[in-house]
Amino acid sequence: MSLQIELQHSFKDFKLDVAFTAAKGVTVLFGPSGSGKTTLVNAVAGLLRPDKGRIVADDWVLLDTQSRQNLAPHKRRLGYIFQEGRLFPHLTVRQNLLYGRWFAPRDAQGESLDHVVDMLGIGPLLTRRPGALSGGEKQRVAIGRALLSAPKLILADEPLAALDEARKAEILPYFERLRDEVSVPILYVSHSSAEVARLATTVVALKGGRVAACGTPAQVLGDVAAVGVRGAASVLEARVVAHHADGLTELSTVAGALWLPRIPDISGATIRVRIAAQEVILSRDAPQGLSALNVLHGTIADIRLGDGPGAMVTLALGQERLSARITRRSVQVMGLAIGQPCHAIIKSVAVAPEDIGTGRMRAGAL
Amino acid sequence: MMGTDWANWLGPAEWQAVRLSIRVSFWATLVSLPLGIFVAYVLARWEFWGKQVLNGLVHLPLILPPVVTGYLLLITFGRRGSVGQVLEALFGIVLSFRWTGAAVAAAVMAFPLMVRAIRLAIEAVDPKLEAAASTLGASKPWVFCTVTLPLILPGIIAGAILAFAKAMGEFGATITFVSNIPGQTQTIPSAIYAFLQVPGGEQAASRLVIVAIVIAMSALLISEFVARRVARLVGGS
Repeated sequence: MSLQIELQHSFKDFKLDVAFTAAKGVTVLFGPSGSGKTTLVNAVAGLLRPDKGRIVADDWVLLDTQSRQNLAPHKRRLGYIFQEGRLFPHLTVRQNLLYGRWFAPRDAQGESLDHVVDMLGIGPLLTRRPGALSGGEKQRVAIGRALLSAPKLILADEPLAALDEARKAEILPYFERLRDEVSVPILYVSHSSAEVARLATTVVALKGGRVAACGTPAQVLGDVAAVGVRGAASVLEARVVAHHADGLTELSTVAGALWLPRIPDISGATIRVRIAAQEVILSRDAPQGLSALNVLHGTIADIRLGDGPGAMVTLALGQERLSARITRRSVQVMGLAIGQPCHAIIKSVAVAPEDIGTGRMRAGAL
Repeated sequence: MMGTDWANWLGPAEWQAVRLSIRVSFWATLVSLPLGIFVAYVLARWEFWGKQVLNGLVHLPLILPPVVTGYLLLITFGRRGSVGQVLEALFGIVLSFRWTGAAVAAAVMAFPLMVRAIRLAIEAVDPKLEAAASTLGASKPWVFCTVTLPLILPGIIAGAILAFAKAMGEFGATITFVSNIPGQTQTIPSAIYAFLQVPGGEQAASRLVIVAIVIAMSALLISEFVARRVARLVGGS
């Protein structure tokens, strides 16, 4: 299924004007707060009526202001996972989970209660009420409730933003499972580039109400114009080779071995690793006597000088790209030029656990 | 008090007033409740031109002298009143000088209190929960029945009991609209008033005063108890 979205909406001091197509998988709407992400998702859900627009899922028209079609929210068959959960306080967890099922068409193809409860690990909570749940538990129930309404599209509006780091780490894998095990496409709002790197099949970067970039996580996170120099990062695909006794995990990438603090995935699994551009050091010669364990070898594919003292150098590692944020002075002193071979140095501890996610990137990408 | 014959503690005329009061208040509350919920919802959630006029109209009986409200009811719902004539011609319903008229007067006087309690409860319901229900496939009437209504139930109960207690005590509008006819329109307050007009009526009056206090206190206690039970039921934990 593909989702075509064209929207124009004016608020007093803000204008949203976007157009993009979301392929299957997870499409992450990425951008700082105030960039129009939630407005966009609310328009898709029918909770906000835009001035002008067209939203079509395959050939099913949710909204077309030109032909005056505007499906009521309850007819759109969406599973909306809200930032604050929004569970019904007067119903038990089980009743919350089955709320949407009651209204879904009898012949709707949905997940079974048992499967969802099992996948989200909420079996022991079924008879409780939302008031007695922790933040992470509430959010898992909210995911289950959306899933069980047999939706044609899942919307998630910063579902992790209200949670602390530990709870985030608890919930993110469920979204990865959702992406990999459930065929329903997901529109996911986030301002966290770690979430983008882990979850996205497609990323739509929003900035001031407009689409700044659209593509794979690696393309968009590497696009300085879209995400800013501080947010710029690379996403590398890697295979888990072995877990070593000293607490490190050995990964293999197209450009050499990568050693990271122990990660939970099993050997042979393909994972994604997000590496922030400002954590990468460049060296023209093979470095020696260095504490950093990871040295990847590539060719300089792009050099962009910033307005300030910074520069963004992008290395080609086979098909993949690795960006390094260094100073203009270093570019000059080192005499860097496009086409030169170059080494990239990454400290193992510079990659946090939240930067590592499961799943291949190119599968199902644009 | 030893040897008091409790069954005959109240005289027949007093019993009649108590029974009538309960009947009038019960029907006044029950019949006005759906309208009260609707008006409370409209005032809490809808934005429309003339909202303040409706709000004022609903609250008018609270601030007008009850005698004025009773007089307005009389000229509207009386046998020669515009609405009264239509009711009698079409449905054969006569309100003036009947217990049904007393119920109408009580309902009108209690309506602002009922609407106020329910409106506060509706305003406390997060519209985001209702939006969540609609994204899960519930149409507006279903959202109201499955989310809004259960969540405002404590407010509805509080409003209903408040209205019942107010109806029990209604005097001015009732006596103006339907007079003070024993067995027809003589509720507890009118009976107390009548007993106090005749020599030696103080004893009967004070017995009715005790009954009025007991009923009012019971209503308050029951409403507290029920509202707390319901709040626990709908409020989680």
